[in-house]
Amino acid sequence: MKKILFLVLAHFLGLGLVHAEVIRLATTTSTENSGLLKVLIPYFEKQTGNVVHVLSVGTGQALRMGQDGNVDVVLVHAPKSEMRFVDAGYGLNRRSVMFNDFVIVGPENDPAKILGEKDTVKILQKIANAKYLFVSRGDDSGTHKKELFLWEKAKLKPGLSWYREVGQGMGRALQMANELKAYTMTDRGTWLVMRSKLSLKLLAEGDAELYNPYSIIAVNPARFPSINYLGAMSLIAWLTSIEGQDRISKFSLEGQPLFFPSAIKN
Amino acid sequence: MNGLLLTTQQALQLLLLGDAELWTIVLLSFSVSLKAIIFTTPLALLLAFLLNHGNIPGSRIILAFFNSLLSVPTVVVGLFLYVLLTRQGPFGDLKLLFTHSAMVIGQMILCFPVLVALGYAAIQAADKRVWETARTLGAPTWFTILTIFYEVRFGLLAAVLTGFGRIISEVGISMMVGGNIMGYTRNITTAIALETSKGDFAQGIALGIVLLALSFLLTAFLSYIQGKKRVTT
Repeated sequence: MKKILFLVLAHFLGLGLVHAEVIRLATTTSTENSGLLKVLIPYFEKQTGNVVHVLSVGTGQALRMGQDGNVDVVLVHAPKSEMRFVDAGYGLNRRSVMFNDFVIVGPENDPAKILGEKDTVKILQKIANAKYLFVSRGDDSGTHKKELFLWEKAKLKPGLSWYREVGQGMGRALQMANELKAYTMTDRGTWLVMRSKLSLKLLAEGDAELYNPYSIIAVNPARFPSINYLGAMSLIAWLTSIEGQDRISKFSLEGQPLFFPSAIKN
Repeated sequence: MNGLLLTTQQALQLLLLGDAELWTIVLLSFSVSLKAIIFTTPLALLLAFLLNHGNIPGSRIILAFFNSLLSVPTVVVGLFLYVLLTRQGPFGDLKLLFTHSAMVIGQMILCFPVLVALGYAAIQAADKRVWETARTLGAPTWFTILTIFYEVRFGLLAAVLTGFGRIISEVGISMMVGGNIMGYTRNITTAIALETSKGDFAQGIALGIVLLALSFLLTAFLSYIQGKKRVTT
């Protein structure tokens, strides 16, 4: 009787009975804001009959969701954190999926004169020395981790007077940099999508330090037996398949590709 | 200012042309908040009644507690619920995190204090003689309760509408325990937050218009029936 009551209640509340086999993907704001997943996921769903729920957060939070077993699979871009995640036994089957790069954007008049400078460390030093405004994601995302690493490499400690930690996604951070006429670091995908709405200018690119690889990792089913491991693996398989990789390379904006597939080596 | 006009125009186009994604979001908002208010109302009003007429020891303290909860930040409720529902949390096995149900539960928690506090005030305003008369006429308890509720129906309706207003407009809980999943847990407020973050103001404004229109309708409805009441008594 109790069980029936619970079932009735569960049905009424719309509990996850029907959606039991949903694949939960935690990913970064850059893949969602760029519109990539909105294009890719329907193909995957159509082909495999799975349903994917996309949670778009920062890389740090996405990994945390995986660690806590709240999602089945994560698509992130912070290699060092990913290694730790796998080493700690939180995740399995890490595969690289695609890459693009980070770029440094800033106000059109470029007060710190970084245009033409290739070395990212030098660029950061220029901005810091002149104390020009710099917007930082400040949300433990992959972009934020990268940025902190670069500050460390430049042996600089950003000062509160000119360094703005906004704690927002990439799109929002770009808008804030735009309003504040500040410099910021962004992944190229989000930049290409957002740039028509901004008066910022792309000022520096091409440094090897700015490489931005994305990987997909299944959450370890040994830690959470009830997670959808098969679903996670089928998403990994599809994204790294010839078709998935092909779809990624075809995803472009105004003729410019936003991501480059990296799963299949020729 | 041209930009504002243009985005508003685009927003209206989205609404009028029946943009499917937009209307999915609107319907989701309503479905979640309506469920929350429907599940909460009977329980909360019963508690409000008991606090009034039930001779419960410490009823003043309980009431003070609910009054203080009126201003609890939605993100705090969201965080509290997240910690409870996370897979490693005490209710993790229910697999409720990032579902409709989690949003409904969160919104129930949010509107419960509103309904208790405002319901209490409304029931307090009822003539004590209603209770006594009904009892002496031999009416059973449940009928007496319903009679009192009927007496103060306008106050109770105001309580329910206020509670609904609080939950349909909240963003903290929906974002945290719903997760803003497209087509599944993305509602009006989380969608506005997302679209704004992407710089797509048109869709954000379109959704804002829906929310505004709704709150206007609710207020108009409320003042309409309250006006009616004054005429009839």
